[in-house]
Amino acid sequence: MSAPVLAIEGLTKQFGAVRAVDDLTFTVRPGAVTGFLGPNGAGKTTTLRMLLGLTRPTGGRALVGDREYAAHPRPGRVVGAALEASSFHPGRTGLGHLEVFAPQVGVSRARCRQVLEAVGLDHAASQRVGRYSLGMRQRLGLATALLADPPVIVLDEPTNGLDPEGIVWIRRLLRQFAAEGRTVLVSSHLLREVEASVDEVVVIAQGRLRHASSLAELRTRATPAAYVVAPRPDVLATLATDRGWTTTADGDGLVVDGATAAEVGAAAHTAGIELHELVRRDVDLEALFFELTRPEANR
Amino acid sequence: MTHPTRAALLAEYRKLVSTRIWWLLLVVMVGYLAFVGAAVSASFAFVPEGVEAPLVGEDAARATYSLVNGVGYVFPLVIGSLAMTTEFRHKTITQSLLVEPDRTRFLLAKLLSVVPIGLAAGVVGQLATVAGGAPLLAAQGDGAFLGDGDVIVGLLLGVVVVALWAVIGVAVGSVLSNHVAAIVVILAFTQFVEPIVRVGLGQVDALAGAAAYLPGGAADSLIGASFLGGTGTVDLLPRWAAVLVLLGYAAGLAVLGRLTTLRRDVG
Repeated sequence: MSAPVLAIEGLTKQFGAVRAVDDLTFTVRPGAVTGFLGPNGAGKTTTLRMLLGLTRPTGGRALVGDREYAAHPRPGRVVGAALEASSFHPGRTGLGHLEVFAPQVGVSRARCRQVLEAVGLDHAASQRVGRYSLGMRQRLGLATALLADPPVIVLDEPTNGLDPEGIVWIRRLLRQFAAEGRTVLVSSHLLREVEASVDEVVVIAQGRLRHASSLAELRTRATPAAYVVAPRPDVLATLATDRGWTTTADGDGLVVDGATAAEVGAAAHTAGIELHELVRRDVDLEALFFELTRPEANR
Repeated sequence: MTHPTRAALLAEYRKLVSTRIWWLLLVVMVGYLAFVGAAVSASFAFVPEGVEAPLVGEDAARATYSLVNGVGYVFPLVIGSLAMTTEFRHKTITQSLLVEPDRTRFLLAKLLSVVPIGLAAGVVGQLATVAGGAPLLAAQGDGAFLGDGDVIVGLLLGVVVVALWAVIGVAVGSVLSNHVAAIVVILAFTQFVEPIVRVGLGQVDALAGAAAYLPGGAADSLIGASFLGGTGTVDLLPRWAAVLVLLGYAAGLAVLGRLTTLRRDVG
């Protein structure tokens, strides 16, 4: 599958006095899952709505392949999007909802049933959407996005309302989409929610780009640390300083920054230093994410 | 692959028939028109001694059957407006514009998609009006005139008028995208404002002709009869002009909706 690249170029949206999206630039490559991350109100949904032609940018542009979304002759066949878990007519059945949008993405009624089955809603096909749980609505939204088997998939907070089983299911599905060569963009306000399924991360806050890289690269920014309790903390501190690690006293023990728990353990073992406690205390991705998305004034 | 316009029409049609509201409204419409048809025909059939009948003969029959417009038009208007306002109420407008970003095509498909249901409403509404009105006219009045050519043309045009109202309803919904606002305005206009203005204008000789340009007056003109009075007492437009006036209301409101509601950001 040769899927198009998504290119966000200097995208800006002004709502009255509020600049919801501010000169945002990033690209989303095919064959990978890109996590679009930021706290609530960061401008994620507004960005996605501009990408999908629902909201007009104040400045800049968003391209799907070589043109804007609305300039594609059949955009629904190129991009499958699920934006809100609540945008269904409650009186329509799940199957009825898919059948409404089937003609415009050029698929048959049989395909609607097939997709409903793929998202695990076949048992609720003829049930009115008004009676669906939030998790079922998320699945129906995903089914709508997948109707035309599109090369680009855009999902806004797809894990909201899903049970743990559903979250695992979504993760596996996202990995599968990337493996098939599709371009996948998934927004979330929690890095932890998508950590297991994304290859790339784009972090925004207050409408601005804060970070864009592979998840692996972001991980290298996370610093390892260990908490150690030793009967002779002074000897241990000297050892740490020799290795180029920094130490700070913390209660009965020491926090060693710049080393993993395994490295501290190995060094102590080699030096014949007795340890009573050895615990990982890495600055994890979540803490790093929190740091990246802090309001600008506090940075 | 189907043409985008055909696909949009099919999608809009499926949106309508996959919900229940339109046929619930039809059921109410049938009951209401049968009742009003019976009541109005009674006023023509049972005229006290010494009182001049408001309408007699064929005029009475045609005026009774025209109630499908004069009284019934609120139903297709509401059905049509809901086709649009429901999109905003339940936020399905997002998905609708994702699969059809051309908002003009979306609006045109929506306007045309209500025609089949409008015609169906016209047929059942006209049948209900006749079923309510004809028996008393035939039994106590001057006759039902159901075999008369002019009457039959009026009945058929009554069906067309109802379909046109459904289209105008969509256009109203595109201007007033909030369903409560749309319904309140439709009820106020059809049940209160327009009847009063029409009767009021009819009292002033210089302005009497203007009443036929109001939407309900134009629709009565297309049918060729009005329950507000017989030929001669109510000014009506020629049929071709009546069609143009009605289409003008639909087009004017639709353009307004396209330039307001459908120009805005969605979400």
